Amino acid sequence: MTLAELPLLQQLLLVLAALVLFTSFVLLEQARLVSAIHAFAWQGALIAAITVIVATGGGAKHLYFSALLTFMLKVLLIPWMLHRQVQRLDLERHTQALRRPALVIMAAVALVVFSYWLALPMVAQELTFTRNIVAVSLAIVLIGLLMMVFRPQAVLQVLGFMSMENGLFLAAVSTTQGMPLLVELGVAFDVLVAMVLFGVFFLQIRDSIESLDVDRLNRLTETVENER
Amino acid sequence: MDYLLTFLPWLLAAVQALLYLALAPLLAGWLRRIKARLQNRRGPSLWQPYRDLYKLFGKEARVATTASPLFRAAPYIVFVATWLAAATVPLIAVDLPTAMVADIIVLAGLLALARFFLALAGMDIGTAFGGMGASREMLVSALAEPAMLMAVFTLAMTAHSTNLASMIDAQLAAGLVLRPSFLFALGALVLVAIAETGRIPVDNPATHLELTMIHEAMILEYSGRHLALMEWAAQIKLVLYGALIANVFFPWGIAQSTAPTALATGALVILLKLLALAVALAISETVLAKMRFFRAPALLNLALLLALLGLLGHVILEVGS
Repeated sequence: MTLAELPLLQQLLLVLAALVLFTSFVLLEQARLVSAIHAFAWQGALIAAITVIVATGGGAKHLYFSALLTFMLKVLLIPWMLHRQVQRLDLERHTQALRRPALVIMAAVALVVFSYWLALPMVAQELTFTRNIVAVSLAIVLIGLLMMVFRPQAVLQVLGFMSMENGLFLAAVSTTQGMPLLVELGVAFDVLVAMVLFGVFFLQIRDSIESLDVDRLNRLTETVENER
Repeated sequence: MDYLLTFLPWLLAAVQALLYLALAPLLAGWLRRIKARLQNRRGPSLWQPYRDLYKLFGKEARVATTASPLFRAAPYIVFVATWLAAATVPLIAVDLPTAMVADIIVLAGLLALARFFLALAGMDIGTAFGGMGASREMLVSALAEPAMLMAVFTLAMTAHSTNLASMIDAQLAAGLVLRPSFLFALGALVLVAIAETGRIPVDNPATHLELTMIHEAMILEYSGRHLALMEWAAQIKLVLYGALIANVFFPWGIAQSTAPTALATGALVILLKLLALAVALAISETVLAKMRFFRAPALLNLALLLALLGLLGHVILEVGS
């Protein structure tokens, strides 16, 4: 089965999946905090669109609901909360470029290849074309992890974490018509609670080390006192 | 009659190559006019680039005393190489006899040849501007070329050929197929085209400010017919990239036979496509500011990343089990 034989809706699904992967790269490389939050919101919007398309094609009615949930949570609520937090912490103009952008991007590309290799036997088992998205969603999870490793800024780490969750959700939607509604609700609620907790943590970290650069947590308090 | 049938496609190929020459100043004039309109100016007439070329061809070519023969030869080499490269890109019809050489790697090679001589000519006189422009041009092209080739390989993997004509044929035969790899390759190729033709985020074609110019710095010492050839070559290069993007990604409307109606439609459609692309370019040039030169590698890295994602997207998403 080749791409040209698929219905147009499925082709659109693949295009959107590729775009989600691209937003992951944008998120990884973005220097400005506010733009990174916007990129995250776009990723959420694309995933909501994918969910709607899977719902119209597959006939699983509860997917409409989870698309709505994703849209409300990942496109509107969480970016808005992050935005407000960034405003409150006075970080709106904060920029922090990656230290070795080319190397990190190459590492991310290597992760994409790796996840393709991992997903290969899974794809070979099935004939459904959308199973190919498994590799993409795995790559999104791994790139989120990479982002948490390479970004010392706390807000960006949270974004990396949230995009990992996006990757898992994409995998669930594209392979098994989504998780049961109860599980999905639970996960959404967890993410929301995590977001609130992260907000509290931002303030705490900020109060104790006067910065959101979590690398500085490794140092002893005394050295920080001396630096002042 | 047989004689005519073998002769006609060659005639068409020659007409197509001449069309590139004739269209190039028109596109430049149209682009300038749209930009002027967007900036609330009236702008020069559409035919101004033709008048400029005519004027320059009439003028005496002054050459610096330190110039070597290479300096005199470079405009001809640059012009012919660019024109030859343009002649390989199908403009109004696909299945012409030139399709045999219409390989995209040949195209990249011819453009590289033109660029090489352009940079040599820039350094030949020994002025600071020429050398600076040449070094900048080489930096930009060294970063743009891998991105371009990668984007092209993405397309080639779908068409199973690096031949432009068979790529277009494959695209036409498949009909409307949404391919993630094409989307990324299009993005990469647009960025490369902007960098290679010296348009705004990378280079400003309208400035002679020493800190920013790249292409203008290299041809600063030229005058008369030499300058005319260099400018014409730059205009042809713009049409070449426009035709490449328009015909490879959106080939619908191009003539697939040598019937007069098909050819007329092909000519009309490509003209409209090029004019539309020029409008898009003018809008992006009006909206965007020229970036610092040392930010240009970031833009070209993005092009490379897009091309790479296109390649991976093709392998992961499009090659079915």
